[in-house]
Amino acid sequence: MPETLPVTIIGGYLGAGKTTLVNHLLRTSNGRKLAVLVNEFGALPIDEDLIEAQGDDLISIAGGCICCSFGSDLSAALMNLSEFSVRPDQVVIECSGVAIPSAIVASVSLLDGFKPDGTVVMVDAETIQDAAIDEYIGDTITRQLADSDLTLINKVDLVDATHVERLETWLTTLAPNARSLVAAHGKAPIDMVLGLGVNSRESHQMGHADGLFESIALACHNPLNGVTLAIKLTHDRMHVARAKGFFVDETGALKALHIVGRRFEITNAPANAPLGIICIGLKGQFDGDLIRAIAKEAL
Amino acid sequence: MKTTVFSARKIVTMNPQKPEASHVAIREGRILAVGSLEEIATWGDYELDERFADMVLFPGLVEGHAHTMEGTLWRYVYCGYFDRMDPYGKTWKGNKSIEDVLASLSAAESLLENPDAPLTGWQLDPIYLDNKPITRAQLDSVSATRPIGVMNASGHILYVNTKALELAGLMKSGVNHPGISLGSDGMPMGELKGPDAMTPVGEHVGLNRSMTDSDERGLRDFARLCVRTGVTTVTDLAARLEPDAVETMLRVTGEPNFPACVVPLRFFLGLPPKELIPEVARLKKLSTDRLSLGRIKVVADGSIQGFSARMRWPGYHNGAPNGLWYISPEQMQEIYELALAEGIQVHTHTNGDQATQLAIEKLELALKKVPSNDHRFVLQHCQLADRAQFKKMAALKMSVNLFANHHFYWGDEHYRLTVGPDRALRMNATRTALDCGVPMTIHSDAPVTPLGPLFTAWCSVNRLTASGRTQGEHEKITVDEALWAVTMGAAHTLHMDGQIGSIEVGKRADFAVLESDPREAEPEKLKDVEVWGTVQGGRVFAAADA
Repeated sequence: MPETLPVTIIGGYLGAGKTTLVNHLLRTSNGRKLAVLVNEFGALPIDEDLIEAQGDDLISIAGGCICCSFGSDLSAALMNLSEFSVRPDQVVIECSGVAIPSAIVASVSLLDGFKPDGTVVMVDAETIQDAAIDEYIGDTITRQLADSDLTLINKVDLVDATHVERLETWLTTLAPNARSLVAAHGKAPIDMVLGLGVNSRESHQMGHADGLFESIALACHNPLNGVTLAIKLTHDRMHVARAKGFFVDETGALKALHIVGRRFEITNAPANAPLGIICIGLKGQFDGDLIRAIAKEAL
Repeated sequence: MKTTVFSARKIVTMNPQKPEASHVAIREGRILAVGSLEEIATWGDYELDERFADMVLFPGLVEGHAHTMEGTLWRYVYCGYFDRMDPYGKTWKGNKSIEDVLASLSAAESLLENPDAPLTGWQLDPIYLDNKPITRAQLDSVSATRPIGVMNASGHILYVNTKALELAGLMKSGVNHPGISLGSDGMPMGELKGPDAMTPVGEHVGLNRSMTDSDERGLRDFARLCVRTGVTTVTDLAARLEPDAVETMLRVTGEPNFPACVVPLRFFLGLPPKELIPEVARLKKLSTDRLSLGRIKVVADGSIQGFSARMRWPGYHNGAPNGLWYISPEQMQEIYELALAEGIQVHTHTNGDQATQLAIEKLELALKKVPSNDHRFVLQHCQLADRAQFKKMAALKMSVNLFANHHFYWGDEHYRLTVGPDRALRMNATRTALDCGVPMTIHSDAPVTPLGPLFTAWCSVNRLTASGRTQGEHEKITVDEALWAVTMGAAHTLHMDGQIGSIEVGKRADFAVLESDPREAEPEKLKDVEVWGTVQGGRVFAAADA
């Protein structure tokens, strides 16, 4: 059976900056082959300079990425991906502004060969709080936030710092399962939004040029209790946005740990998986030494 | 120039200036004259055709909300509860129990030669079968070796057997999806709700997503149903209208014996508004006498019985959370503004009253920016609108197409479960719509309910539910009003009232050929008026030959 493709879902209401983020991800994909599914080809959703070729159903993008649109049938669009000659490394779904992300996660989880890999919900720092009490779309917005693993507070350049702080506090109630990150112009680091990708080790070792976030590697040479470690790593004070890697549990079994926001998952790992867990978080919040110290207790 | 004159026992025109006549003259597929033979003879030579001497000619009926895919569905096994006529005139007995459904499927299964071929059924409605979904174990009793899938009457649920789940890779524990119910063994029960749960399995049971685009045979079969029900103009309310589909529709409807005018509306998804409107304007220019293009269908919310319609306070009667938007308010307004500027008509599906309110408010805003005296924007279904909303619609010159058939098939369910007794009374408020001055028609939404405007008229006149209760006495309309709704009313909502809807000079020679005058039918017998066939564009189509 082929390896499953991780699928990251990008949700959020109209105007939050989803398309800008998608373009930023494509621009900084740096060798990752992304397949981006957009809800519809908005007035050309992909920046023109990124496009290599454009067909009816598919846009080819520099660096081996592709973009296709889906109308009312996401499952069919995902199943069609397997017909393309180049296999992507990761899939990114840009939801429609009124989509409920958990419904999309559920659909993705049904399909052989795909695995949901986090829900990123974008919010417009200026308008989100008004939108959340709008008569018509308020409950749609709050449902989107409730589904969030990573909330990306966009357009922070348009508001002052105290507004952002208040917003972060507000989001802890509305998006209780999410970590929140701030961004301007949709420029959130790809490694945060999509994880470190298939070559996570190299990516970690190369460092993160944009300087917005940090990562550390936990070696995990000794057996450990995965649940204990995961609970520690997902604690608020750790500020871990994502973590991924392999360890040996107390019974000697090789396991995979996967964290997005406050949510974690432990699964069986392939036999030759290299030991070690890489954690990433926003620079300034994230304290690698603290994480190492805390993690030790679980080892 | 050949002129044909039909005589009839009576010609009911729906033209108040001359409500009845004995003869109608046809030239070049259009109505040349209506009146007595003496009046008609003033136009010169004619050929008298007396085949309808014992029958009643009525304006060709207009179905303002149907889907041509019904023609395709009849290739599958009919699993519905009510007796239903197929395109070839055979009436299939309703399935009154799960055992009946399984027997119908088994009978069809025994005729399949290829052991791997899927078996597909449609129109199953467990509401009438003790409200229990059919399970995969039950379907396995029909066949454990070939994939089986049965569509729910709503089109939004699929029931499948074990083999179908296996082929889709879903016959496993740990499936976690709100649309897939699990048995006590942790395995899927076989009920798949919603398109995303249905799609991975659908292709294994003979259903793929292109089935909503009627193919050539489906289109011809659908037209046969039109002849049998007296329909001469019929909508295909949510067509994707990709180039191949348009080409097929142009070709098939252009065949010399194609008996109806099809009006496909372009579904709004797939193109951003700025490209959608020019595309529909382009399609409009391809229109022919039997394919009328150039309208847009927007879907605002889901369905009431699926709890996905958007409701105002107090929401669903059973406490279900509010439904889903299928378009954002901003995009709705953008489509409205661009369409108004281009003179393109938009029909908006709104089931819940909050969706109706949003469409009204957005059109009002759009009209302030792009004034239009005769936009004819239509709300489709609009099942829960109240008097204030109808008044507002009248003020904005909107029209409405109410789902009269729904009241019969699911009215009891709405009373008991979805909206409760108060709002169930006002569903599909035909009386209020007319009283408020909103141009109105009524519809079947075929294949959701059977095509048949006389039945639909009966529904709005009697407001009976399937259990036999009268629900919403006050909202009943008269036989004459209901007949107007399925002719001139529907023509108005398609902005075709200058061409169809009445037997009147200059209009297309479209008639329903009836055995009796429906205006004289007892209200409770309106649905039983027999249809001999149709005349469409001056061409005669007998149901017996369809």
